[in-house]
Amino acid sequence: MANALAPQKTMTLGEGGLAITFTALAVLSIVIAAKAYTPEYAFHAYLFTAASIASVFAIINRYYERPAQAVPLTVDGKPNYNMGPVKFATVAAVFWGIAGFTAGLYIALELAFPYLNLDLPWITFGRLRPLHTSAVIFAFGGNVLIATSFYVVQRTCRARLAGDLAPWFVILGYNFFIVIAGTGYLLGITQSKEYAEPEWYSDLFLTVVWVTYLLVYLGTVMRRTEPHIYVANWFYLAFILTIAVLHLGNNPAVPVSLFSSKSYIVWSGVQDAMVQWWYGHNAVGFFLTSGFLGIMYYFIPKQANRPVYSYRLSIVHFWTLIFLYIWAGPHHLHYTALPDWAQTLGMTFSVMLWMPSWGGMINGIMTLSGAWDKLRTDPVLRMMVVSVAFYGMSTFEGPMMSVKIVNSLSHYTDWTIGHVHSGALGWVGYISFGAIYCLVPWLWNRKLYSLKLVNWHFWISTIGIVLYISAMWVSGILQGLMWRAYTPLGFLEYSFVETVEAMHPFYVIRALGGLLFLSGALIMAWNLWKTVNTAEAVAPAGGKLVPAE
Amino acid sequence: MLLWQKHAVLEKNSIVLVIGILLVIAIGGLVEIVPLFYLKNTIEKVEGIRPYTPLELAGRNIYVREGCYLCHSQMIRPLRDEVERYGHYSLAAESVYDHPFQWGSKRTGPDLARIGGKYSDNWHREHLNDPRSVVPGSVMPSYSWLAQTDLDYRHIAEDLKVQALLGVPYSADMIARAVDDVVTQATTDSPDAADLAKRYPKAQARDFDGNPGRITEADALIAYLQMLGTEVDFKLYDDKANIR
Repeated sequence: MANALAPQKTMTLGEGGLAITFTALAVLSIVIAAKAYTPEYAFHAYLFTAASIASVFAIINRYYERPAQAVPLTVDGKPNYNMGPVKFATVAAVFWGIAGFTAGLYIALELAFPYLNLDLPWITFGRLRPLHTSAVIFAFGGNVLIATSFYVVQRTCRARLAGDLAPWFVILGYNFFIVIAGTGYLLGITQSKEYAEPEWYSDLFLTVVWVTYLLVYLGTVMRRTEPHIYVANWFYLAFILTIAVLHLGNNPAVPVSLFSSKSYIVWSGVQDAMVQWWYGHNAVGFFLTSGFLGIMYYFIPKQANRPVYSYRLSIVHFWTLIFLYIWAGPHHLHYTALPDWAQTLGMTFSVMLWMPSWGGMINGIMTLSGAWDKLRTDPVLRMMVVSVAFYGMSTFEGPMMSVKIVNSLSHYTDWTIGHVHSGALGWVGYISFGAIYCLVPWLWNRKLYSLKLVNWHFWISTIGIVLYISAMWVSGILQGLMWRAYTPLGFLEYSFVETVEAMHPFYVIRALGGLLFLSGALIMAWNLWKTVNTAEAVAPAGGKLVPAE
Repeated sequence: MLLWQKHAVLEKNSIVLVIGILLVIAIGGLVEIVPLFYLKNTIEKVEGIRPYTPLELAGRNIYVREGCYLCHSQMIRPLRDEVERYGHYSLAAESVYDHPFQWGSKRTGPDLARIGGKYSDNWHREHLNDPRSVVPGSVMPSYSWLAQTDLDYRHIAEDLKVQALLGVPYSADMIARAVDDVVTQATTDSPDAADLAKRYPKAQARDFDGNPGRITEADALIAYLQMLGTEVDFKLYDDKANIR
């Protein structure tokens, strides 16, 4: 509302409202901290207090620093992109990635050498495992998704990110949620639903952050100056929307008290199992697949400098993928007390899901048509293409494992762990690394410090992935077969612990694979650090004021 | 081709695209989840299923807190080797009061659905304290601090109240006596044990952690482990009546 002639500085509704909200939250969390049933919950309440107070100061400080007029949406007729939040999330992704890979390596070593649990509650396998999965999926993957989605939506819509404080609230709020969730696991605060372990108050907070994310994203799409919404944005939108639906469906819980971190999920038994794996499998389908396909559809064409292979294939790919994925959950519950009809539906749709998955893979890989030579010269592009190949491999393996007779062997074994990691390290990891290697030079207007180091990262971590997944295939199938082995007299051949002892060499190999993957990520972090800090600035290619490319 | 051109409507209108996505993703979940709440054959008809005693519930919360479900399943599949290794396959009815369910997804350690009564309290104590002292090849962490930590059961009645709200049949009487019931169940030869067993049939009451002076987290966890899978009497259970 600033007067155009004599601009007077006034606080916007957003600034004022948010400052008041955070003040209220600070007061509420002090009260909760004082009356909390457990010191762990009080600690979290104090974290909320500190974060709220810091937010109020940041908002007021920013108000005094900023110019009176609102930031212009365009400068010289070109969109005035808002890349600050993207930069923050990119750095956060690298940080959390390394933290999550390290946690993974440590728990892998705990399984090989159990004395590493050190008799300390906070670092037992049971508490560190959710820390690992949440750190890599939600902290690393989530920050990559938020960073790339905020970048892609602005560039493909040719519009500034919607909202003034909102994008920062999304980025900072999401990372604060991660801190709460992660410290909670170490302190024993969990609701035990896999990949949805955070307790009720973290879930509530995440809901607010996520709805804001959706609004910022959608607001930017609505601001677009391009008539069409680009395909990458369909996948990002499906990811944001579906994760919201899944989060709300899986997490309704009644807390024991406002002053207790403990809550009880409203669902129970078989229904809870079904809801959990409807959520759990679609966390894979929409967080780890749909969102990262959004990355594939922007960064591969961009880096290869070729158009997407087939527009029609992308339409078919998109709608069939999101329709079929949501049905696949019950394949996590084969031969359990879930009724057979649901298991059969889950298996059928999981097998069908193979087709759209490979449709997407073909669309990604064939985008290189006419640019195959770049695989030799551009290790960043190679990383992304190999990631799509891994996607193809694990989306074949998944439908195969969802067939009941295969699942009777593979379920409960390390084969599942191997399958997950071929998707997580190969597909999600590599497409993320590829996107980060693209984003950092674009955002900071630098040339990537060293392509040779990217090559080293690629080969070291590829060897790591191969060691990891083959060790888990062997140990999984071996253990599955040992469990069902009978002696000629008709007795079970192995006691359970004999099958555990047989896993030891594979657990060591797996940890070695994890160490290599982590080493690759550390090389990346070094390379990016040098890129931002020492490499010479190049003519801006992706920054705020963009000349036509 | 007309169909491809029609897709442009979705590409040019973000709200239509949002609605389209929501409709497409709603179908699968609705079809698979909603019937489980009203189809009567989802959960078998079985005698003997009861809510957890306050001590068992507290033990279950420790099981959840420590993430035991990440290595131990509680779901025996109807496969020959599993039934012979662990016992009768698990029924949906056996987890009907489980908020949340603990079926698990990985067996780094063995299934625990019917662990109750298989080992002595003493074995569990030793095993929690130092797993490799009783199972040399085990890779389980030791949980020695459980026996040294007093169980916090001041608010256990509130837990029961919330569960009652969610449909677990805890009566007002059970909620009112929750704190006393914890003490009764964790005490050997308590005069109130018979009374406890009236509220919670087959509830086992004794000093589980071998330390009569204190009620520790080990008391609660062992009480929970010792009742797992023991509610249904499979000598009387009719498999055929519940074929689904």
